[in-house]
Formats: sequence, structure tokens, C-alpha cells
Amino acid sequence: MTSLSKQPMVKAEAVHKSFGLIEVLKGIDLEVQQGEVFCLVGPSGSGKSTFLRCINHLEKINAGRLYVDGQLVGYRQKGDKLYELKEREVADQRKDIGMVFQRFNLFPHMTALQNVMEAPMQVKGESKANARERAAKLLERVGLGDRKGNYPAQLSGGQQQRVAIARALAMDPKLMLFDEPTSALDPELVGEVLDVMRDLAESGMTMVVVTHEMGFAREVGDSLVFMDGGVVVESGHPRDVLSNPQHDRTKAFLANVL
Amino acid sequence: MTEANDKTPVGGGSVAAPDERVKPEAIKAIPVRHYGRWVSSVVVLFLLAAIVLAFSRGQIEWSVVGEYINDGTVIRGAWATLQLTLYAMLIGVVLGMVLAVMRLSQNPVLRNVAWGYIWFFRGTPVLVQLFLWFNLSLVFTYVDLGPIYKNEMTDVMTPFMAALLGLGLNEAAYMAEIGRAGIQSVDRGQTEAAHALGMSPAKTTRRIVLPQAMRVIIPPTGNEFINMLKTSSLAYVIGFSELFLVSREVGSVNLAVMELLIVVTIWYLILTTIFSIGQYYLERHFARGSDRALPPTPLQKIRANVLSFRRQAGPGGVGA
Ligand SMILES: Nc1ncnc2c1ncn2[C@@H]1O[C@H](COP(=O)(O)OP(=O)(O)O)[C@@H](O)[C@H]1O
Ligand SMILES: [Mg+2]
Repeated sequence: MTSLSKQPMVKAEAVHKSFGLIEVLKGIDLEVQQGEVFCLVGPSGSGKSTFLRCINHLEKINAGRLYVDGQLVGYRQKGDKLYELKEREVADQRKDIGMVFQRFNLFPHMTALQNVMEAPMQVKGESKANARERAAKLLERVGLGDRKGNYPAQLSGGQQQRVAIARALAMDPKLMLFDEPTSALDPELVGEVLDVMRDLAESGMTMVVVTHEMGFAREVGDSLVFMDGGVVVESGHPRDVLSNPQHDRTKAFLANVL
Repeated sequence: MTEANDKTPVGGGSVAAPDERVKPEAIKAIPVRHYGRWVSSVVVLFLLAAIVLAFSRGQIEWSVVGEYINDGTVIRGAWATLQLTLYAMLIGVVLGMVLAVMRLSQNPVLRNVAWGYIWFFRGTPVLVQLFLWFNLSLVFTYVDLGPIYKNEMTDVMTPFMAALLGLGLNEAAYMAEIGRAGIQSVDRGQTEAAHALGMSPAKTTRRIVLPQAMRVIIPPTGNEFINMLKTSSLAYVIGFSELFLVSREVGSVNLAVMELLIVVTIWYLILTTIFSIGQYYLERHFARGSDRALPPTPLQKIRANVLSFRRQAGPGGVGA
């Protein structure tokens, strides 16, 4: 998956983000290579979700630059001036970036199948028959072929999260963002979701994963970044960072979660 | 009982395999007697009977009631009431939803205009608004939309138009608040999920937010509908021939005031009942996905009620 000509899938340069007077991201620099599983760990409130949401412009950054696949996120640069993108252009950028939320956020008024069909039909204008066929395949892929007609309320948390992954994949994204996808699940349901993510990683999908599942990070991850207080404290290969943390804050955090 | 207990292993000994275990005898207890229920039922039934008796003995010509219930003029009045209600609610719902979206908009001008509208129309009696519309010709002689349309105000502002505008615009203010509550009841995560999939704000509102808001919006809207059926009777003050006005006229001409009032009452009950049934099925439709099972239909409910009544009344109760 490494090729010299390929630019990074995500590139962050000194990304700053404040909510009012509180600065949540204080200059994040990092690169996510194409095809890699990039794990983001850190204590609660360190800004992981905020950074993830900046990548698909659910949050606007205040300073720095953020690129996805070489394209500036949310802005257009002409000379040394930045122009905000129109809503439609932002939506256009987002359709190539899948996102999976901690609380699933499935559409409760639609069945599993309809959840997966919705975006291809509404955003890409795919035909109903086409969308239905692809949605059915995706649900099979996440092991829910027999749950197509169920509403989210009729599914377990693990099943809902797998539908949410299928829903994101239906847009054929080039990048998938996962925000603590297993944190809202009962312990016995975590495995089924991680299995789907592992499959996805093996298929070569570029993934940015915020997680507390250190086992998953160690096994599946290609890079790992430890964040605390809105800055990157330490980064490297997951095995190195997790087994041999350099920084005291990393050591303290890992001692707590492992 | 004792027999069953003997066969059930109690502590100590080895635990019996499931198939060896004997199911304990079903409980056959004497149910609690609800004497209070019976007494209160008798009292209430007695009072009802007294009222019915009083009316049957009062000076009411019931045959006249029967005669006028399907009188052509009365039915035309009921039809006018129904039309006025439907059109006024249509204005109310559509304009109300627009106002609700405006109130939640990022644009301060839209937000404040919506606020002002709601402030004005909720803050004044609908009766006054009806008179205001009806008497608009006192201040504007012409309706002049430049080259498109021009007419005398008295021709435009018929009693029906005045009633429609008065009731519809007033209703929009209430529907706006109902719509706003509905939209705000939808989780932020829904909008984010839709945006993350690349859906535009307009599509997100239409496909994701509004259908979910409907579940919160429909029940109070049903109430508004039924209220509107009744409130539309106010239009009689500006001379619109709806159910109430025509019944007053028919009643006084034929010296059957009370009879016609009863006819009107029956007609309003018929209309509101039909609407209630419609509302029920609409709510059921928009409840999909919110529960693990859909609520029962009235028929299913009646069946369940009869069954549970039989069960309650079972031992020692009235013969089922
Ligand atoms: N919309 C918001 N408004 C104000 N503060 C926010 C908002 N979102 C997040 N924050 C704050 O930003 C900080 C980082 O949050 P978050 O990115 O969710 O952390 P993490 O995901 O690492 O737990 C927290 O202190 C949180 O309270
Ligand atoms: Mg978070």
C-alpha cells in the first residue's frame, strides 16, 4: 500500500480549533497515509472527536490547514486568500468521507436497508433498484443479511453499529472516520463490530479510528497518535507506542486503560 | 400443593434434571373484590339515566331533530364548515412549518420576522382578527397587485375569504410553535449523520429531520384540527354560512331552536369523531420505527379490552 507517488490521505498542518474562548486543538500536525489504519487515542476531552469532525468539516477550524486527498477541507485557496466553500461543495467533499459515530445515529424512521440506501439515492442519484441491491450486499458483508427489514430500535447496539458502517460504505468512501465505534456497546457486542472493522482494514480502506480498544490498535493499526490537551504528545507504530511509551502522560494514560 | 412441593427438590439433594422437575400448581387465589368500582359505576350510570330521562321529557320534538339532521341546508352548512376547516388548516400547517423553519434559521431577519408574526397572531383574539379581515375594505378600497390583478376589496373579501384568512393565519402561529417543538425534538446526531453522508441541508431537513419531527407534530396537530372544526363556528359573526349559522337560521325560522342546536351538536360530534379516527391512523403511520411493535388499532384494542374485562369479571363477576 505504499507508493512514492501517493500523497497522504489526510494531512493536518498546525490545526487549531476553539469553542468560544476555549482552545480545544492547539496545533495538530499529522499525516494519514493511503490505505493505513490510523488510531487516535487519548484521555476524554483531549480533542479526538473534535479533530475527527474537522476532517469532514462538521467543525470549522480556526487556524492551520487540513487536506483530504490533497484537497483543502471546507475552503478554496486562491493566491493567499481563503474562500469558504458553498454548502453544496462542502457536501460534495463529505460524500467521499464515511463517518461512524459513537452513538450510531442511524435514521430511526427507516429500516436497516433504507438506512443504507438513503445516501446513494439522495446524494448520488442512484436508482432505487441499484441502491437496494448494493445495500443488500453491504448488509450481507457486515453479517446482517437477515436484518434488512428491521428498524434500528429492533436491533442490538452491535447490529446498529454494523448497519451504520454499511451505511457509510454505501457511498464508496475513500476514507472512513470512526469515533469510538464500540464505546456505547455492551462488552459482549464489541467483538462483532471490531471484526467488521478488521475486515474493512484488510480490504485496504484508509481508516482514522478513535478508540480505547488497545488490542485492536495493536493488532490492526499501522500508526498511532496519542493526544492530550489538544496536542499530539507522541506518535509511531502502535506496537512501539503501546509497549514502549516515551512520554509520562502516555505512560499514565496507558496504565489506566490497559 | 403439598404433593407438588414434595416432588420439588429443596436444597441439599442433587438438582433434578429439567424434565424431572414438576411444574408447581397454578395459583388459584380469590381475586380482590373492588366494591368501590361497583358503587361508583352504579352512581354514574344513575346520573346518566337521569339526564337522558330529563331530555326525553323536556319540550324537545325529537322527530324534528331527526327531520333536520339530514336537511339539505344543514348538510350544506356542515360541508361549508368542513371546507373552511380543511383550507384554514392547510394554510395553518404550510405557513406554520415555514415559520417554524424560519424561527430556527441562522438568518436573524427571518428569525425575527417569524417571532413577530407569532407574537402578533397569538396575542390577539381570533374573533377580532376575523372582523379585521372582513372590514379591510374600510381602509383599502382596492386590491391592487399592479398589472396582475385589481379588484374591489369588497368583492375579494367575501365572508369565506375573511374567515379563511382570519382562521388560517391565526392557526399558522400555533402550528409554527408546534413545528418548532417537533424539529427541536430531533437529535442533533441525526443532522450530523446526514451531513456526514453528503446530504445537503435542505435534503437533510426534508428526508431526515421532518419525518422524525412528524411524530411529535402530528398529535397536537390533530388537536388543532378538531379545535378548528369548532372554532370555525366563529365565522358566523361575519356572515359566513357554516354549520352553526345555517342551523341558527333554520331553527329560528321553524321555531325549533333547541332541536336545531341538538342537530348542530350531533353534526360537530360526527365531524370531530371522523377526524379523531383519521388522526389515530396518521399517528400510527409516523410511529414506525419508534417502538419495537406498532400500537394496536382501535379494533384490536376493543378486542383486548373485552378480553381483559372478561378476565377481570371472571370469577364471581357478572356473566361474561
Ligand atoms: N460544540 C462544542 N462546544 C463547546 N465545547 C466543546 C464542543 N465540542 C467539544 N467541546 C469541548 O472540547 C473538548 C474536547 O472535546 P472532544 O473533542 O469531544 O474530546 P474527546 O473526543 O477527546 O473526548 C472538551 O473539553 C469538550 O467539552
Ligand atoms: Mg470523543
